[in-house]
Amino acid sequence: MNAWLARHLQTLVGTLGRLSQQPMASLLTILVMGIALALPACLNVLVRNAQAVSGDWNGALDVSVYLKTSVNADTAERLMDTLKRRSDIKSIKLIKAEAALKEFREHSGFGEALQALSDNPLPNTLVITPVENLASPAALNAMSDELRKLSEVDVVQLDTAWVQRYLAMLDTVRRMVTLVGLLLALGVVVIVGNTIRLDIQNRRDEIEVTKLVGGSDAFVRRPFLYCGFWYGLGGGLLAWLVVSISVALLAGPVRKIAGLYGSQFSLAGLGVLGGVALLAAGAGLGWLGSYVAATRHLRAIEPK
Amino acid sequence: MTATALPMIRFQNVFKRYPNGREALINLSLDVASGEMVFLTGHSGAGKSTLLKLLALIERPTRGSLVVNGQNLATVNRSKIPAYRRQLGMVFQDHKLLADRSIFDNVSLPLVVANTAPRDVAKRVRAALDQVGLLKYEQARPVELSTGEQQRVGLARAVVTKPPLLIADEPTGNLDPDLSLEVMNIFRRFQEVGVTVLIASHNVQLIEHFKARRIHLEGGRLIEEFPVAEQPLFDPARLIDTAHLADREST
Repeated sequence: MNAWLARHLQTLVGTLGRLSQQPMASLLTILVMGIALALPACLNVLVRNAQAVSGDWNGALDVSVYLKTSVNADTAERLMDTLKRRSDIKSIKLIKAEAALKEFREHSGFGEALQALSDNPLPNTLVITPVENLASPAALNAMSDELRKLSEVDVVQLDTAWVQRYLAMLDTVRRMVTLVGLLLALGVVVIVGNTIRLDIQNRRDEIEVTKLVGGSDAFVRRPFLYCGFWYGLGGGLLAWLVVSISVALLAGPVRKIAGLYGSQFSLAGLGVLGGVALLAAGAGLGWLGSYVAATRHLRAIEPK
Repeated sequence: MTATALPMIRFQNVFKRYPNGREALINLSLDVASGEMVFLTGHSGAGKSTLLKLLALIERPTRGSLVVNGQNLATVNRSKIPAYRRQLGMVFQDHKLLADRSIFDNVSLPLVVANTAPRDVAKRVRAALDQVGLLKYEQARPVELSTGEQQRVGLARAVVTKPPLLIADEPTGNLDPDLSLEVMNIFRRFQEVGVTVLIASHNVQLIEHFKARRIHLEGGRLIEEFPVAEQPLFDPARLIDTAHLADREST
């Protein structure tokens, strides 16, 4: 077992040496794989950030319930207490008509004009924050329909259309990213497979001799598998670098945009976990590609 | 006890026909005893290489049975070929050394494929190189060595696992007479310590110097066998001069 482990380590390091003997060819392969892996990784980061943005918006999906002007503040407060018992409502804030008017007067710039009004045209308003896990457009629509039926209620305002469109688009994009990812993963497998196939052809003599002295298929295949592993790991590392640099370059402008919208949002990168996953995906795909190629092509090489 | 009584190699009514229709071996039956040294002679195309390929499981017989070291080769399927080949040392005319590896790495290959512990590998590689007198070239590349030395490295690689059977296809084909004799003497030394040695060679002059059985093939058939006793006995060391040799033969 120890000898076996030592052999594997030796092969692992040995193949690295073998790759460094043809640095240009190896680097080119790694470069192509890196780009192929970086593309879906970048898109993934993009989608995750877009999701984070929509997560922010979900929280902001308050339902404004304007009561009829005939409903006075006491009735409004009683209604608020009744509604608070609903399980789909997290909190309710009552904006009394006078307070609303006062605020409007101060901030709207129509202060002078409003002085002329004899009574308050603004109704009492309940601002309802739904429970978070119910904050889907469909659930909100159902809730606002129920609220609309209450006799005290005049208008329920909920603008979910844009959220629905956004989420639908996001869903489409996410699916496209998955598709692109799968296609590029296939591409990585093919790239490695082709490189390994050429490598096998170049090492025909070595493979023949190894088989002649009693090397098993698994033994002959091993260095090629490790080659694929290194190509994939190198490609993954390069992809991680590409994503990190892209995120770093975009972080500033994105923060500026978010700031202009009054948001604290900042671009999130892959993170350590995502990076490790990218490395693992690269190494795994590299290994898979070389496994397929080596299994197919090594069988054909037999001593003559 | 039966193991020692069994021959190392037993061909029984072996036929080999290649896909192109060529009959390489026709009804060949042959026993090679354990510890014996046998020369296989014949013109090119006589079936010598085919016979060796059947032994190495590079080719399979079309008909007939072949038992080597107690194993019927018909039962050795593809996945068992590597384990089978590890019991046999092979030497080739073109020595088949790997140019991009050191002499040490070339010789150690059969041990490495058999998962030998690294410290045993070094010990046994040096022992094998010492036996062929090339210990000092351990770190050299094959191209830095002469043809004769390369062939000796090939021999060291064949014996490094201490196989019970050593087969060689024209091992002296590319060597001049002096080097040929030197290489053959190394084979002889392995036979003396109990290894069964089977050498295909068309160099009749050379092999006549050795006290060993000769098997002659012609057109895929076994034509004649010279038993050991019938062969002229010479001390190989005295017979490097071929002119002198020819003189002896005519008398």
